[in-house]
Amino acid sequence: MSNRVINILVPVISVILGLLVGAVIMFVSGYDPVKGYIALWNGIFGDAYNMGETVRQITPYLLSGLAVAFAFRTGLFNIGVEGQLIVGWFAAAYVGVAFDFPMYIHLPLAILAAAVAGGLWAFIPGLLKAKLQVHEVIVTIMMNYIALHTTNALIKVMSDGGDNTGTIQASASLKSAFFESMTDFSRLHYGIFIALAMVVVMWFILEKTTTGFELKSVGFNQHASQYAGMNVQKNIILSMVISGVFAGLAGAMEALGTFQYASIKSGFTGIGFDGIAVALLGANTPLGIIFGATLFGALKYGALNMPNEAGIPVEIVSIVIAIIIFFVACGYVIRYFLEKTNKKKEAK
Amino acid sequence: MSFLEVLYFIIPSAIFYAAPLIFTAIGGVFSERSGVVNIGLEGLMVMGAFIGILFNLMFVDTFGSMTPWYALIAAMLASGLFAVMHAVATISFRADQTISGVAINMLGVAIALFSVKMIYGKGQTDYIQERFIRDDIPYLSEIPILGPMFFKDVYGTSILALIVALLAWFVIYKTPFGLRLRAVGEHPMAADTMGVNVTKMRYIAVILSGALAGIGGAVYSQSISGEFSHSTINGQGFMALAAMIFGKWHPLGALGAALFFGFAQALSIVGGEIPYIDRVPSYFLHILPYVLTILAIAGFIGKANAPKASGVPYIKGKR
Repeated sequence: MSNRVINILVPVISVILGLLVGAVIMFVSGYDPVKGYIALWNGIFGDAYNMGETVRQITPYLLSGLAVAFAFRTGLFNIGVEGQLIVGWFAAAYVGVAFDFPMYIHLPLAILAAAVAGGLWAFIPGLLKAKLQVHEVIVTIMMNYIALHTTNALIKVMSDGGDNTGTIQASASLKSAFFESMTDFSRLHYGIFIALAMVVVMWFILEKTTTGFELKSVGFNQHASQYAGMNVQKNIILSMVISGVFAGLAGAMEALGTFQYASIKSGFTGIGFDGIAVALLGANTPLGIIFGATLFGALKYGALNMPNEAGIPVEIVSIVIAIIIFFVACGYVIRYFLEKTNKKKEAK
Repeated sequence: MSFLEVLYFIIPSAIFYAAPLIFTAIGGVFSERSGVVNIGLEGLMVMGAFIGILFNLMFVDTFGSMTPWYALIAAMLASGLFAVMHAVATISFRADQTISGVAINMLGVAIALFSVKMIYGKGQTDYIQERFIRDDIPYLSEIPILGPMFFKDVYGTSILALIVALLAWFVIYKTPFGLRLRAVGEHPMAADTMGVNVTKMRYIAVILSGALAGIGGAVYSQSISGEFSHSTINGQGFMALAAMIFGKWHPLGALGAALFFGFAQALSIVGGEIPYIDRVPSYFLHILPYVLTILAIAGFIGKANAPKASGVPYIKGKR
């Protein structure tokens, strides 16, 4: 087995193991796993509406996965995607509500606002990491909470003590009449094209530009990159900012597409944290992220059907996703067993 | 309200809100001192909070007013067991410690909510009948000024938290076990050469951190929230992590930081009743712990260094 095959096998085996563990948990808890997974399947592919909603759910996952993966490639762990997403969400909603422009200005402006907000939110941990060697994980976690409280406070101010920004102007909306007619009025919106375009953008930056080469190089070995004359500090900041831009765009998808508003949140959306799972499963590659986002987005949305059809709490899917991350993180062991069985075969 | 009355009011509340953070932060100190980053504290706390409430609701008829204390032990055992997962992944399977921690956080919430829905058929548990109760400490509460501040109407759990912090300081700095623990976290290879079992030390530390986080969660749920739902533990674990860093990986530092964060939390909740404080928007009090933590690790409040080997799996024979 070549290295390449093993690299693909590890996530595949992890997903299978995750689903198996999920089945065992359902069985032990007195539920019928077969019924559960059929309900999950129907929740994803059951009818046009569900399929539309599934793709709608995949959209922000693509972007949050890209955000985590992009930072990973430069050796940075951006747990702050959640916070960057929240500020992006608010910024897009604010521009969407507060201004009144023709669509060809308003929509790009709202999207840009989200990207800038997310980028700025990621700039702070990037700067601290580059200049003061402060670990980005802790800073981004703290920034998540600051983002949550800040946007909540801003929404409160904006709505005079209310808990909602109000619906955005139609000129800033990503809503799609075409998709609505196709998918029985699901909330599927044009954002999916933006998300897919960003996958290409990530691939292009990393594989086709000098900047991308430098970013990856810094991820592999900072000292060697420094020696080769690259500006390590600049690359660290740049990587965080680009990552934050992707995260901010994920927020724009929610603000301009799915919900059309921003409201006060008691807790996190979870999309940013699930982005870690998406990136990990997709091995931080653009193509892998499409698979990761599709799988997790579909699981998350499809699970909503499980309580109705099979009487199983939706959280079973969160358990499965966590277990999958766990197995991918323990890839060393899976690799070890694969290589061991491989050697045995060769010996025969 | 006079200044003294304000103190009588705010200090007990601060200690009250700090107690869960103290337990969990001390747990974090053990884990990180041994060289294992434990971002999973939040998930471990969720598990503790859930098991605490579950045990309390199930056995309240058997144990009566002592139920919360037995529930504390149950939560400690459950979260300690849950932490084994993090230990196996990071120590034996060489998984990325941060990612494993993220998985623990997701899993803790998911398992707890799954179980709640399975058992109660809704998103939250019933309210518990027996909570931790406050009591005056005999003699000490009669001391003028200090008495009403620290010893009147205190929770037993708050006293326990202080004792645990002191005990942790003693164990980590004054016993052979503590010396080995720190050695394993600073330079595992050197410790290994001197005959210290790195794997065993790290397993013990991670399980300890789980057990303490479990206690922290159960204290929170049984004294502050009184029930368990998706938002019972909402960032408490991360705040404990912050307290540990703000306290520079030192048990007493973590204690001080946790007390301070408890103070900030208390202010944001009861501040509206205190003159002057009621004019500060609660927003600033909400973000205070997080901003302070960023400043602390950025080195603006003294330099804080993590244990050297923290975050790195130990692989024998690898330089």
